[in-house]
Parts: sequence; structure tokens; C-alpha cells
Amino acid sequence: MSNKNIKGETVVNVGVQEAQPVLSVNKWKFIIWLFIITVVMLFASQTSAYLVRRAEGNWAEFTIPTIFWFSTLVLIVSSVSMHFSLIAAKSNNIGKLKIYVAITSFFGLVFLLMQYLGWQDLQNQGIYLKGNPSGSFFYIFTGLHMVHLALGLGILFATFIMAFRLKIDSENTILVEVCATAWHFLDILWLYLFVFLLYFR
Amino acid sequence: MAAVAHADAHVHGHEEAHEHHEPQSFIRKYIFSEDHKVIAKQYLISGIVWALIGGLLSLVFRLQLGYPGIDLGWLKPILGERWFDETGKLDPNYYIALVTMHGTIMVFFVLTAGLSGTFSNFLIPLQVGARDMASGFINMLSYWFFFLSSVIMFCSLFVQDGPAGGGWVVYPPLSALPDAAPGSGTGMTMWLISMAIFIVSSLLGSINYVTTVINLRTKGMTFDKMPLTIWAFTFTAILGILSFPVLLSAALLLIFDRSFGTSFYLSDIYINGQALPNQGGSPILFQHLFWFLGHPEVYIVILPALGMTSEIIATNARKPIFGYKAMIFSMLGIMFLAFIVWAHHMFMTGMNPFLGSVFTLLTLIIAVPSAVKGFNYITTLWRGNIIFTPAMLFSIGLVSFFVSGGVTGIILGNSALDIQLHDTYFVVAHFHLVMGSAAFFGMVAGVYHWFPKMFGKMMNPTLGYIHFWITFAGVYLVFFPQHYLGIAGFPRRYYAYTGFDFTNKYQDLAELSTVAAIVVFAANLIFLFNFIYSIFWGKKAPQNPWKSNTLEWTTPVNVGHGNWPGEIPAVYRWPYDYSKPGSEADFIPQNIPFSATPESNFPHENELIREEKEIESIQFNYNIPD
Repeated sequence: MSNKNIKGETVVNVGVQEAQPVLSVNKWKFIIWLFIITVVMLFASQTSAYLVRRAEGNWAEFTIPTIFWFSTLVLIVSSVSMHFSLIAAKSNNIGKLKIYVAITSFFGLVFLLMQYLGWQDLQNQGIYLKGNPSGSFFYIFTGLHMVHLALGLGILFATFIMAFRLKIDSENTILVEVCATAWHFLDILWLYLFVFLLYFR
Repeated sequence: MAAVAHADAHVHGHEEAHEHHEPQSFIRKYIFSEDHKVIAKQYLISGIVWALIGGLLSLVFRLQLGYPGIDLGWLKPILGERWFDETGKLDPNYYIALVTMHGTIMVFFVLTAGLSGTFSNFLIPLQVGARDMASGFINMLSYWFFFLSSVIMFCSLFVQDGPAGGGWVVYPPLSALPDAAPGSGTGMTMWLISMAIFIVSSLLGSINYVTTVINLRTKGMTFDKMPLTIWAFTFTAILGILSFPVLLSAALLLIFDRSFGTSFYLSDIYINGQALPNQGGSPILFQHLFWFLGHPEVYIVILPALGMTSEIIATNARKPIFGYKAMIFSMLGIMFLAFIVWAHHMFMTGMNPFLGSVFTLLTLIIAVPSAVKGFNYITTLWRGNIIFTPAMLFSIGLVSFFVSGGVTGIILGNSALDIQLHDTYFVVAHFHLVMGSAAFFGMVAGVYHWFPKMFGKMMNPTLGYIHFWITFAGVYLVFFPQHYLGIAGFPRRYYAYTGFDFTNKYQDLAELSTVAAIVVFAANLIFLFNFIYSIFWGKKAPQNPWKSNTLEWTTPVNVGHGNWPGEIPAVYRWPYDYSKPGSEADFIPQNIPFSATPESNFPHENELIREEKEIESIQFNYNIPD
């Protein structure tokens, strides 16, 4: 039996030895996947709007600033570091967990900064949010992704706090796992958007 | 140990079932509550308030349509001086704003939030056997986002240049250009902000519903034993998860076009002879994005109502639902088809006729699962021991609207016929019957049926019957004449038709619609009275007033926090064992094992007795931390 108190924490009953567990998916893991589906739908609709609009002609082409290549690299590095955080959490190495989560967050912030610098490069090229939809879409895609990445940073921050409060150990890695799923997804999402924008210029 | 604590709680009565919980303050218990039952009631009451506002707005423009140029000056104190001229005539800009707000309020705030929000929240944990939603916090967040979006939408009714105009579909370029019309100014900005927040709320809710159904079912509640309500709510939530982000997309690009000067939807536009700088946008793009949500949205509205109807009809016909699996697969089919028919709203956008015929075909295929559902309801009623409770009457009313409104859908789904009927009152009549009134009847049926569980009181059935017969006849009187108006060529959203001679001989039909609408609205005040009166002074409800099989009726009359005072009951059979041959009672609840009913078991069910031990020995692994 389990019951919930008002804080939403589960009061766990530890009296069941011969139990064979049937419920093996944690609800938070399930929830984060549903969130991912909503974000996928959001970007799927955006990119299909892009394609539909592009097929109609009157489409200005521009070169994507090089800094976006570097920011992509930075995001991949942060994703790798997120993976190490998960390994650290599973092997109960909380010290390492904190370091890796900090590295991940740092690279996440650097990514946001570089995207912003990329926008400035674009403006120097004469591509503004106003104007031909090709440029507007570029700003919208990168901007929307940045908003989602900022939300991801929020989860990372929560993980960091929990690691400091010693709420995470190898028995309780849900938060880190959820965080890793979200972060890897945001990484893959950016790769998709970047390749998409490169290919369908 | 929890089990001991529960046994204890049982002895002391259910009030003490929350002994795990600290006593809650008033604010935590009734306002910022994480309990799914309280959130459901919050949604219900918000939905009813919105339904009254939406209904009143419709009466204002119905008066103008039935009696063109009627003196509505007495509304000045409520709606504002500037929307009526000296003779009290309604301002045409305000007329279209009223139509827009009526549509928005009814589709999103009443029939999406009010319907799904109320019944998914209330019934999912109770019918699958869960203590609460997967995440009470996300659930609470969902309601308060909805509340915030409601407040913004409500305020937009009273801003200086009026609420959003241009129809609930807010097509650009009109909606994208604040200078284009009064209804595209501040009101439209607030509309977009409110809808963006509404989408967030709806997504949070849907994610919670799906997670709860997948992860938190009680012992033995396999998918083939789930009540059809739960199937319907799940499909609805999946539809929401897949389609609302697309609306967000559309709204987002519109916001950028409006406020940041982009040209996604705008091209070659002149306002007062001045050319706008926007170049290269396509307003049709918005329609594609909008209807990719917009069409699933109508199923988001109707599916929960259909699910509840299945449950109510089976219970009150005292018969198993006819074609349980067919019902599930038809809902699955409707859900799938919902995503590939959106362009039938856009036959008149200059679409390639070949593409039009593809969408015609796909649209007409929806008639198949819909007809399966219609026939299943009728065959469930066939030779049943029907008990005409108000809920049952409203459910049968739903089936009637669903069929008569669905038939006109077949006409409208043809791209060739749509050329004649597009944007006429025929369309208005069609969707008000098939989706508006049907979903509304489903919602009212749900309130009558689950009121005893929600408030521990019974509603007055006599008032219920009066409410039903007036509303049922009234809805047909409102919308049936509109079919003829549509065929005669009355376009929708027009302020007045007096400029066209042919319309004179049809004016009496429009008048009939108006009078009937007023009567229907008045009948719903009876419902409102019954609802409020019964909450406080209604007869006390028994535990299982309708002799129903599903799990929610095994909870105490006043359900506490955590839903069941003791252990959550296990489930052994499907929810539709009504009037089973051999059984003395005409219903066998889901939590009665087959071993307890040897007299009524079918041979294959006797074999299931062996599995009961397995079901009982299921232990959920609570070592998975939350």
C-alpha cells in the first residue's frame, strides 16, 4: 500500500518481501516523455510550416553564421557531461554528480550565449526578425529552442540543488534520469533543427 | 505499516482515512488543492460560469438576428455605452466580437476545459482505482493556468476597443493587423495571450490524464476491463497532446506577425490606401496550422461526452454495452482520422480539386466509426430495462443530436456540396448539433449521473425532466430552421440580412431560432437552480444510487482524500455485467471476483477464477521513488 501526503511524497510501505513488481515505469519518466511528444509536435508543425512557406517561393537565402557550428559542439559536450552525471549518480558518487551537473549547466548557458551571439552575427549580415520569412523562421526556431533549453536548465538546477541536499543517491536517480532524458532530447532537437536549417536554406 | 493504519481507519470510519495527512488549511483544501476531486469541481464550476456567459452572449446576437435593429440599449450598463447607438442598435463590430467570444468560450472554456477538465479529473482516478492523479501538483498547475487564461479572456470582454472579432478561428490577415478592425486590437492581443496560457493548461492536464491511466491502474484493471469513459478520456488526452502544440505554433507565429512585424501570414496588404511593408506571407498557412488542431479539437469536445454516454446508457438500460471492443476501436479510428481530415474546413481556399477529393474521402470515412458508435448505443438500448433518469435522457438526447448532426456532416464533407454550403447557417446548424449540443448534453448527463459522487447529494429528478424536455425540443427548434436558412443562402457571421430581398420570407425562421434559444437558456437556469440547491439541500445520496458497476461507487458517499479508506479494491471483471443470466442482482460490480458468483459465470469465466489469486498477489513496486 502506498499513500500520498499533501506534499505529494509517497509514504512507502516496506512490508512486502515476496512481491514481484509489475509497475516498472516511474510516472515522472512517463510524464517527461509525454512532454517531449508535445515539444516534438510543436517543432514538427513549425518545420512543416517552414517547408510549406518555402515551397511558395520568394525565399531569401543567407549563410548561417559559423558560431552556430561551435554552439552545436558545445551542446553535444554538455550532453556528454549529462551522461556522465547519470553514471555518477548510479554509482552513488555524489561529488562527481555535482561537478558534472555543474559542467552541463555551464555549457548549457554558454550555448544560450552563443546562440545570442549568432543572432548578432545574423543582424550584421542584415538578416532581421522582420523581413523575409526565411530569416524570421530562423529566429523563431532558435528562439523557441532556447526557451525550451532554458526550461531544461531549470530541471538541471533542481537536480543540482537536490544533489547538494543529498536527496539523490544510487537508489533514487529518478530526477537525474528525467533530467538526462530532457537534456539529451533538447540536444537532439537542436541537431535536428540545425541540420534542417542547413539543408533547407 | 500502512495496511495496519488502513484497517484502523476503517474501524473509525472514513473521516479518519486521511490520517497520513496533516490537516489542511482552507486554502490548500479548497483553493490551491492537489486533490483531483476538488480540482474537478473547480473546473465544473468555472465551466458552468463560462457556459452562462457564452450563452448570454449568444442571446444578444440572436436577438439582433431574429429582430434586426432591435433596441438593446438596456444592455449598455453591462456591455458598455459605445456598442449601441442612440436607438439602442447593436454595433456591427461588436456583433462579430460577440460571435467570436461565444465560439471561443463554448469550444475551449466550456466544452474542452469544463468537460474534460471536470470529468477526466474526477473519474479517471476513481474509475481506474488510484488514490489521485499521477501528479497532483501538475494537476493544480493545470487548473490555475486555466483560471489565469479565463481571467484574461473575461477581461478582454470589457476592453476599450472590444473583445476579439473575426470568428473563433481568428484568421489572418484580419487578426494579424491591429488597425484592420476594432476586434483586432487589444482584444485580439488578450485573446492570443489567453489562448497560449490555455494551451499550456490543457497540455499539463492531458499529460496527467494519460500518465494516470497508463501507470496507476489498480490490481486487475487491465486495459480490457477499463470502462469506456476511461478509454474516451485517454483518447481525448492523446488528441490534446498531439494537436494543441500545433495551435500554439499557429498562435505564436500570429503573435510575431502582430507585434514584431514578421510576415508569416501577411503579404500585399493595403490599409486605408497605405501599403504595408509585409511581403511574402501566406494566410492559408495559418489555416492549415489552425485546422490541424481545430479538427481534432472537435473530437476533444465530443469524445468524453461519448464515453460518458456509453457508461450511462449501459447502466440505465441495465444491459452490457453492445460492442465494447467495437466502441474502443471506433474511438481509436475517430482519433486517427481526426488528424488527416483538417483540410475539409478549407475546401474554399482555392485548394487543388484533387486534394479536395482526397480529403472528402477521408472525411466520409469518419462516418464509419461514428455510425458504429451510434448503432451500438441504439442496440444497447434495444430491449433493455430502461430506467429514464435525467442522465439517461440526456445521454439518449446526445445520441439523437449526434446522429442528426452527423448526417449533415456527410453532406458538408463533400467538397462539391461544400461550395454551396460553406460558411452558411447550414454549417452552423451542423456543428451546433453534432458537437455543440451533443457534447453539452454529454456534460449535463455526466453532472446528473455523477452528482451523487461529487457532492454526496441527489439532484431533483423532476426538475431534471423539465430541464431535459425543454432543452431537447428547444435545441432542435433553434438549429433545425438554420439548416433551411443555410440552404437558402444565409451566410454565417453577418450582422443583418435586410439588404437582401430574398431573405425577407425567411425572417420568421430566424425569429423562431431566437425565441427557442431564449427558452433553452431559461430552461438551463432551472438546471443551475437544481445544481446549487442540491449541493446544499439535496437529498442525501446512497452509496450506489444507479446500481452501477464501476469502481467509483465502491468509495464512501463522501469521498475523502485518497478516495478509498482502506485498500483500493482489485478488479476482476469488465464494467458491464448488467442483468447477467443466473445472477440474482441485475448488476455485478467490477470488484466482485468470479469465485463469488458461480451461478452466473460463463464457462470461460470459471477458468478466470484461477487468475484471481494472481491478481490479488500483485504487488506494486513502491520502491520506485516518486
